[in-house]
Amino acid sequence: MTDLTDLTVCSALKKLKAKEISPVELTNAYIEKATTGQKYNAYVYIDEKQALEKARESENHYLNGTNRALEGIPLGIKDLFCTKGMQTTACSRILGKFTPPYESTVTQNLLNSGALFLGKLNMDEFAMGGSNETSCFGTVVNPWSKAIPLVAGGSSGGSAAAVAAKMCAAATGTDTGGSIREPSAFCGVTGIKPTYGRCSRYGIIAFASSLDQAGPICKDVADCALLLNNMAGYDAKDSTSSKKEVPDFCSFIGQDIKGLKVGIPNEYRSDGLNTEVAKYWDTAAEMLKSAGADIVNISLPHTKYALPAYYVIAPAEASSNLARYDGVRYGVRVDGNGLDELYINTRTAGFGKEVKRRILIGTYVLSAGYYDAYYLKAQKVRRLIKNDFDEAFKQCDIILTPTSPIEPFAIGDKKMAENPINMYLNDIFTVSVNLAGLPAMSLPIGLSSNGLPLGMQLIGRAFDEGTIFKTAYQLEQCAKFVRM
Amino acid sequence: MAVDNETVRKVAFLSRLRVEPEKLEETKQEFNKILSWVEELNEVDTDNVKPLVSVNDESLTMREDVVNAGQMSEAILQNAPAQEFGYFVVPKVVE
Repeated sequence: MTDLTDLTVCSALKKLKAKEISPVELTNAYIEKATTGQKYNAYVYIDEKQALEKARESENHYLNGTNRALEGIPLGIKDLFCTKGMQTTACSRILGKFTPPYESTVTQNLLNSGALFLGKLNMDEFAMGGSNETSCFGTVVNPWSKAIPLVAGGSSGGSAAAVAAKMCAAATGTDTGGSIREPSAFCGVTGIKPTYGRCSRYGIIAFASSLDQAGPICKDVADCALLLNNMAGYDAKDSTSSKKEVPDFCSFIGQDIKGLKVGIPNEYRSDGLNTEVAKYWDTAAEMLKSAGADIVNISLPHTKYALPAYYVIAPAEASSNLARYDGVRYGVRVDGNGLDELYINTRTAGFGKEVKRRILIGTYVLSAGYYDAYYLKAQKVRRLIKNDFDEAFKQCDIILTPTSPIEPFAIGDKKMAENPINMYLNDIFTVSVNLAGLPAMSLPIGLSSNGLPLGMQLIGRAFDEGTIFKTAYQLEQCAKFVRM
Repeated sequence: MAVDNETVRKVAFLSRLRVEPEKLEETKQEFNKILSWVEELNEVDTDNVKPLVSVNDESLTMREDVVNAGQMSEAILQNAPAQEFGYFVVPKVVE
């Protein structure tokens, strides 16, 4: 018998339906991997007992023929999703041992489809970071690390590492500026950030509300389609959730891409682009061409300004969203003389360095006298970035770029630590997508000469995840990336 | 627009965060590094460009103003630092 944790979600479901394996066996196999994989620090909370109980319920569903779309599939959940009765901290000290009395819509949708949760996954504090080094539970170690421990990427680093090391069948992630795609690229797994509005944000701890979106991180493209099918959909509890019909994403798997126009943006050939990444980018374009697609050169002229605009808008929204953590009704409290001191003591002790940095920047750009110069200016540039994509999609159906300009770097890397902007620059290919609200996927394309995974990004039109799925599947077939 | 120590102190208070006196200089420098970087935005001509607040172009929906949940004060109080008679017990918050 092969290792059950090698199975993709789609293939595990086939075996479950055929009663070749049971949900309890599958869950036990993943629990074992999650336990032996503790060195990666991917989980911040594991609930074995509850997972096995759910697995037994799923077993009954299979016996009774009442099995649902993801019956008995063991998932890991990013610690940003509120999970009823299961500790949820956003990997911040300030939330203490907060245990939500309610379930986020996305996780509720997954539960309604029969999935079960093994536990909560590590992430950068409040999803602010690109290396998982800002988590109050410590850094996630990339399972692909060789001699020195490497970062798994962030902020959904625990999700990507757990999927790579087979510690869950698939995971949820969230993406505000690349937090699903960058860790997916770094860990050699596949993740999609759907169109803004596809997945409800209800019950997801807010970072930057106009940019945040949930999505799956999986072993392959087909699993992403199946997971997203069971996460997406209109929700009255999120006023920004879309009423547009959710197509069956699985139906795009295997569709041909003959005549599809794939855009290559000139502006993404930046100075910081690793030569191996650049080479794989060309290879990926060739692969899509051989599958019948046409390659067209496109221009996204405001690319250079996406990061500065993002680092005004995201901190501004974050400073406002994080104002609620005051130490009064829940989480950590550090007393003081009077109310202001209580707030200050609590927030100074409860938030980590990167979160404080962004709250300060956000507060500044929103403050009287600076609002127009920074915040309003950034929102205008955001419009121009979106317009760039609108223009580009008149010439192409999908855009191909690398996910990250570099390969995974060492934990505690000096260059990243000495200047926060160096870390921010890693998101250069991913943030524009959030600013424009578009869907985008990262999938592994191959290994660098250091034996580390590199990812390619496919960007689609708003609400056209379907084209991403069919293109990504074809690229996956050509790339033949070997998972860990 | 470079900020000075006084501005950092003011922004820290608005954020209800403490910047220790010995960290003030470092925080200011970091602040200015980030601000001068985002000021690249000034190179972009945004005359007559409408700010993009949200990419969502669907209009907000009205809903019936009815109670659709309730009777869950116990669950809500689960994370309260202290509770009495079904209420949060907290330090004095109205000064």
